[in-house]
Amino acid sequence: MTNRVATTPGLFPLPDWAKETLSDLKGHQKGDLLSGDEGPEIVSTYADVRAELIDDQLEAGLDRVVEGQPRWDDMIAHPLTVADGVETGGIVRYYDNNNFYRDPRVVSEPTASGDVAAELSSAAEHVPDDVGLQAVLPGPYSLSELATNETDADAEAFRETIAEFLAAEVDALGAHETLFLLEPSLVEQPPADGVDAQASAAIDRVASATDADVVVHTYWGAIPEKPYAHLLDADIDAVGIDLVAGDRDDSVYNVQEYGAPDSVALGVVDGQNTLVEEPETIADRVEWFEDQLPVGDFETTYVTSNTELFYLPENKYQAKLNALAAGVEVLS
Amino acid sequence: MVRVPDANRDQFRPESHPNDHFLLTTVVGSYPKPKWLNRADDLVEDPDSKFDADDLAEAHDDACRLITHEHERAGLDTVVDGEMRRNEMVEFFAHRIPGYEFNGPVKVWGHNYFDKPSVVEPVEYDEPWLVDEFEFTSDVAERPVKVPITGPYTLGFWAFNEAYETTEDLVYDLADLVNEEVEALVEAGAQYIQIDEPALATTPEDHAIVHEALDRITAGIDDDVRIGLHVCYGDYSRIYPELNDFPIDEFDVELCNGDYEQVEVFTDPEFEPDLALGVVDAHTAEVESVAEIKRNIKQGLRIVPPEKLTISPDCGLKLLPREIAYGKTENMVTAAREVEAELDAGAIDLENPLADE
Repeated sequence: MTNRVATTPGLFPLPDWAKETLSDLKGHQKGDLLSGDEGPEIVSTYADVRAELIDDQLEAGLDRVVEGQPRWDDMIAHPLTVADGVETGGIVRYYDNNNFYRDPRVVSEPTASGDVAAELSSAAEHVPDDVGLQAVLPGPYSLSELATNETDADAEAFRETIAEFLAAEVDALGAHETLFLLEPSLVEQPPADGVDAQASAAIDRVASATDADVVVHTYWGAIPEKPYAHLLDADIDAVGIDLVAGDRDDSVYNVQEYGAPDSVALGVVDGQNTLVEEPETIADRVEWFEDQLPVGDFETTYVTSNTELFYLPENKYQAKLNALAAGVEVLS
Repeated sequence: MVRVPDANRDQFRPESHPNDHFLLTTVVGSYPKPKWLNRADDLVEDPDSKFDADDLAEAHDDACRLITHEHERAGLDTVVDGEMRRNEMVEFFAHRIPGYEFNGPVKVWGHNYFDKPSVVEPVEYDEPWLVDEFEFTSDVAERPVKVPITGPYTLGFWAFNEAYETTEDLVYDLADLVNEEVEALVEAGAQYIQIDEPALATTPEDHAIVHEALDRITAGIDDDVRIGLHVCYGDYSRIYPELNDFPIDEFDVELCNGDYEQVEVFTDPEFEPDLALGVVDAHTAEVESVAEIKRNIKQGLRIVPPEKLTISPDCGLKLLPREIAYGKTENMVTAAREVEAELDAGAIDLENPLADE
């Protein structure tokens, strides 16, 4: 019997009041964005936001709760933009979206800051014992693709450096039930021959730094076959698959052809559209996927939005959380 | 297929034009708002203030009059009201098109947000979007008025699509509405329309969708109406030479920003529509000298002959300080007139326009 877990890949929109308050406190320009040393007023505003984002998830009834990453001005590049050894460059496009982040220019070996660990432990204070806390980090392949390598290291060594950096960040995390590693670049800029094995090794390095279940979550389409096959060599508990954007049949083919870890994460709610899915639609999508596979039951199916949720206005992000929890309710 | 730009260009040549050659000078559209207009926008939201919607409408009229005259003072051959009534290029139109709804701001980057609307029902044409503002500006202006309209590709892809099977379908419905609007504007006397498609710069592989949308927009529009297309900075090689087949009279490019590195893109095969060339940078707050702008204009002569060259800023100037925007516009016109005089005198080698630089 598969355990269905309602969750998200994090990175929520700020509540509307905080959009205004924080932009007044911080400013609008590139240099005003977060660098990890914000003053007490900003810290306390983010604490209020964090409490609110966790309340949103508890009220919706999600099974795993994330911190919500309200401080991640640079989306999943955030852990690097607050690390030593990194300078912030120009504003660059965030994948194929009309969103932008500051290019983290890595000039020397980055040092883990513990910034994400601090966020997670602050979040833990708001999460009751019977609800699982979930950590979220970028995967090493995506983070190395989003960053600019200005060190002496070649691309392979740079990926290893980023994996070591992330492993140290994971090592600093307090107790967490699951770790989502976001790896959209496996789809958007898939690794070439040879690099695919390195990407898998880098993911394995980060995953091995925690005892929690590790979900490597991908979105915007299917991972190409070879990188998918290599990904399965990493010691991970689940691969996250986007069933909303791109061709879901390719993802099904991957799993049929190459298998999957014992668990799976299914992106069944569209993180980039305000149309809110009916709980029955969500349940249908999960069952559709599970029915395609000849294998026995998955241990756990994480039922999630395909992408981060910051693309949405506040009211629709909340509605999506409710929909996810209600979808899992239908399945049980 | 390209429209017939030489059938509609001469109507913008002022009677008093001093040179034989004519480089049509224009602007992309937006212009810095006077500070008092921003205060008026805030005041109308303040429940304790007596300043109401009628007062704001009057303030908008005043600002449009002011900026239209400012454009004329700078010497432009065709003018715009600086888009004083518009807040943002998608929001403004989405508020006027039944089928859109607003749910709140979304992040673009950092703490910069955009009130990204959702299309929740098939879009429809209700009241005209821009006819009133065109008629107002036209009454105020002594020079011909150009009307910028956000294009259907941008109106579609910069919204959430809840109602259509594909966003492409939404774009085509929107294109039909833009066609209705262009017809209404032409009926009201507009002869120069510019379709703005900044979204194409970020997804150039969709040029065929934009082409189909332009076919719909220009259906039934007479040749004496000039239709331009503005696409902001991007990798133009991804939409060239395909854009030679777009049904437009003029293609407006942002090349100053990239120091004209992409000029070569447009030289082979031959550029077919008229070229509206950005000759001042919309993102730097220094006014370029007349000499520098003249060099930039000559970059355009590497692509098209003078009779197909229109002179424009790179993009809307709204983010600049107003005196800088004015300085750029004024120098741009001066530079165009000086290049025309040099052309009249045969002082520019059209085979190698930058030979003397």
